[in-house]
Amino acid sequence: MSRFVLRRLVTVVLTLWAASILVFAVLNILPGTPAQVILGTQATPASVRALTIKLGLNQPLVWQYLHWIQGLVTLHLGNSYISGQPIAPELGAALEVTAPLVLLGLLVGLLIAVPAGILSALRHQRTSGAVLAAATQVGIAIPNFVLGILLIIVVAVDLRWLPASGFTPWSTSVGGALQSLILPSVSLGLVEGAILARFVRTAVLGVLRADFLRTARAKGMRTGQALIRHGIRNAAVPVVTVLGLELSGLIIGAVVIEAVFTLPGVGSLLLSSVANRDLILVQDIVMLVATAVVVTNLLVDILYRVIDPRIGLRS
Amino acid sequence: MTTLTAGRASAEVPGRAHRLWRLARRNPSALLGGLVVLVIVVVAVVAVFWTPYGPLAVFPGQALLGPGPHHLLGTDQYGRDLLSRLMSGADPTLLSSAGAVLIAGGIGIPAGLLSASRGGMVSELIMRLADLIYSFPALLAAITLVAVFGASTITATVAIGIASIPAFARVTRSASLTVLGTDYVLAARAYGRSPLAILRRHVVPNILPFIIVQSSLLLSVTVLAVAALSYLGLGTPPPAATWGGMLENAQNYLYQDPLMAVWPGLAIALCVLGFNALGDGLRDLLDPTLRPRE
Repeated sequence: MSRFVLRRLVTVVLTLWAASILVFAVLNILPGTPAQVILGTQATPASVRALTIKLGLNQPLVWQYLHWIQGLVTLHLGNSYISGQPIAPELGAALEVTAPLVLLGLLVGLLIAVPAGILSALRHQRTSGAVLAAATQVGIAIPNFVLGILLIIVVAVDLRWLPASGFTPWSTSVGGALQSLILPSVSLGLVEGAILARFVRTAVLGVLRADFLRTARAKGMRTGQALIRHGIRNAAVPVVTVLGLELSGLIIGAVVIEAVFTLPGVGSLLLSSVANRDLILVQDIVMLVATAVVVTNLLVDILYRVIDPRIGLRS
Repeated sequence: MTTLTAGRASAEVPGRAHRLWRLARRNPSALLGGLVVLVIVVVAVVAVFWTPYGPLAVFPGQALLGPGPHHLLGTDQYGRDLLSRLMSGADPTLLSSAGAVLIAGGIGIPAGLLSASRGGMVSELIMRLADLIYSFPALLAAITLVAVFGASTITATVAIGIASIPAFARVTRSASLTVLGTDYVLAARAYGRSPLAILRRHVVPNILPFIIVQSSLLLSVTVLAVAALSYLGLGTPPPAATWGGMLENAQNYLYQDPLMAVWPGLAIALCVLGFNALGDGLRDLLDPTLRPRE
């Protein structure tokens, strides 16, 4: 196991290293100096030169790249080109919104996917099962931001139960913060839950037909009992694989959902830095999100080997 | 005797149209998806030549109207006809998503073929590159490119296309590997056919169904990404009508006119549903072995 984890860790580090080169290259592909952009069109050439030197942008690209990587690894992210504020605390504050949002979204997704998937598998020959299966099919097609706006219309505008947008900081009120995350995480999780539900259904259907389940039934167990005792672990493997893909979907979906509900998270920070052409901040956030995606995939890889030891540890 | 055999033969091998109809009946999701896609494509084509009003035409006295006889779906805050904008919004959506799928297929399919037929270092390099691109979800790639090149239809299309390359490369590679392992390819090799000829004569025709299915499924993903980008203001810039842009705009008027947000939302969801159902259905029809066992 540890050898497998080690090998995968090396791959992850190599992938992220290649990703960092790609991101750096793309964001520095255009000629033209960020200093000019920051100071605007009325800046004198002298002040542009001074700022370029101050930001280290007169150095060779390789030097700039190494400097950036060094900052990333040691978490000294430097200052924003535009606001001049240090990036690390700003990113930290944004993560306090985004991380709970993604996790709550995952929770909502699982709470929908597991019962709906199992139920529609157990009743797949009855109408209720077919209705559930059809509902998940429709659920997949509704993009999270469309669902978010529909939820705002019904829950916030019509019923006035929850705020339509904005975020109450955790330090002000934990309850308030959670309240402002309810609609966003439901919009985020519902769609992912619908996708996941189909895989749960297929997996459970597969297990229901398995020989070991028939044996368990022959021993006198009820279907439900046998499913809990022998089925869950077997059905979990394909589901966990998909869960990994879903998690990347949740992470990138959070960017859009934060825009829908004007939450001050990582996604909003990314969009505002794109709008301001604060390229260093864009560079950092893109790497952060890519890292989150890659590391999530690694965790899932490890997790499904824990669930099913039969899967080769070396492959 | 002769007539009897003929009768039996025709019962066993019914006409093409009949067979298609039977398959469609057995697979309502493909039929429904196909119909939805057809309607959206027709609307998109019609919208190029005709919409009830100009999609950019402003009627100042008629702002924020609900659905009515003159404006079937109502108007936005400038008095622009929502139906016309919804219709003409189908164009950038379909063009962008189809463009992205073309880019992804144009690079991903040859890459997958090359990787499958060459093997070794070349294959390893191609698949690692695909893994690398895969760690950048379409939206993230698009946001990055927009940061450099600015928001435009082309930036969005190219970014989503590049991010979708791995999807094609992987499907092409795994399907090609199966074909390359068959006895008839071995025979063709023994006969002295060049690798390129084998790819053209044996591999490509056999993996075509997988590619068609993948294209349809991918279209549902790219439609979603295109809509999300234009919602975020990173796609086709206003005042051109886009579904995402209309949704974003409508969000400012949720308290006055919530229906305004419903139309573009419905259009996006239907479009995604259509391509998704079509792809799923085609997969079942073209390759029964891929069907999840029920």
